[in-house]
Amino acid sequence: MMQKVRVKPLMPPGHVRTPAYLRGKTGVIERSLGAFPNPEDLAYGVAATAKPLHRVRFTMAEIWGADAETPDDTLDAEIYEHWLEPVHAP
Amino acid sequence: MPHDHHDHHDHDHLSPSGHPYRADNDTALSYWQTMEIAIRELLIEKGITTASEVAAQIDTMDARTPANGARVVARAWSDPAFHTRLMADAGDAAREMGFDIGPLELIAVENTEDVHNMIVCTLCSCYPRNLLGLPPDWYKSRAYRSRTVREPRSVLAEFGVTLPDTMTVRVHDSTADMRYIVIPKRPEGTDSLSQSELEQLVTRDSMIGTGIARSAP
Repeated sequence: MMQKVRVKPLMPPGHVRTPAYLRGKTGVIERSLGAFPNPEDLAYGVAATAKPLHRVRFTMAEIWGADAETPDDTLDAEIYEHWLEPVHAP
Repeated sequence: MPHDHHDHHDHDHLSPSGHPYRADNDTALSYWQTMEIAIRELLIEKGITTASEVAAQIDTMDARTPANGARVVARAWSDPAFHTRLMADAGDAAREMGFDIGPLELIAVENTEDVHNMIVCTLCSCYPRNLLGLPPDWYKSRAYRSRTVREPRSVLAEFGVTLPDTMTVRVHDSTADMRYIVIPKRPEGTDSLSQSELEQLVTRDSMIGTGIARSAP
């Protein structure tokens, strides 16, 4: 079963690669991609630590709610692991 | 009279061919254009690169066209073992075909009877340039980037692609280190076509997911 995760609802200043429209949204890890230099470090020219990167799949219903064009269509985005928190089944 | 003056004024601004002169598109350099020129000139002055190396690199970039991606797609349609390798690691599969794509991490997403994929980069303009060449201007537009994640079917319809509700649209937002290529669905009635004939059916837009492959000739 694919792991369920939530994008942390943070709004820090500075360069991040987590789109604002996905923050706080819940999806499943579609695949894990390995570790990549953290763009939040690279953007400032400082030594970048490698961070695990995942492709997370969201439904349009989860992202846009009642405004979704077609609720079951999906959106995949690459999200760094430090932006994800596990969601445990109730 | 003002009218006479106006007519006279216009007449003065016609070129010998009878058409109005167009304004020169001379605008001041932007900050980043100035920065690019300054850095390029410094690198050349210091002997780190040469003007001909810079020109050669621009030539190399301009020489990349969607024909490269079309070769990959046509081979995936024709060669099941290659198709398997492409879906497992599209970067390695493209390198295997001799495309110099550097350390690029590439993911192939495949259109089927049930699924249509399309690619966007909401944060900037990430695009598989090594296989498709430079992105079209609309790919970088705020309208395409913002609307594709919110109303992909409306965007597709404007590209002339209308999908039934029974199909799922999967949008891929290139937010970090991956680049994407859509493997369009192979058109019906193309079983007898050669790989090079199939390449002619693969359009740039079909590999972005804003189009579908051409029909068999």
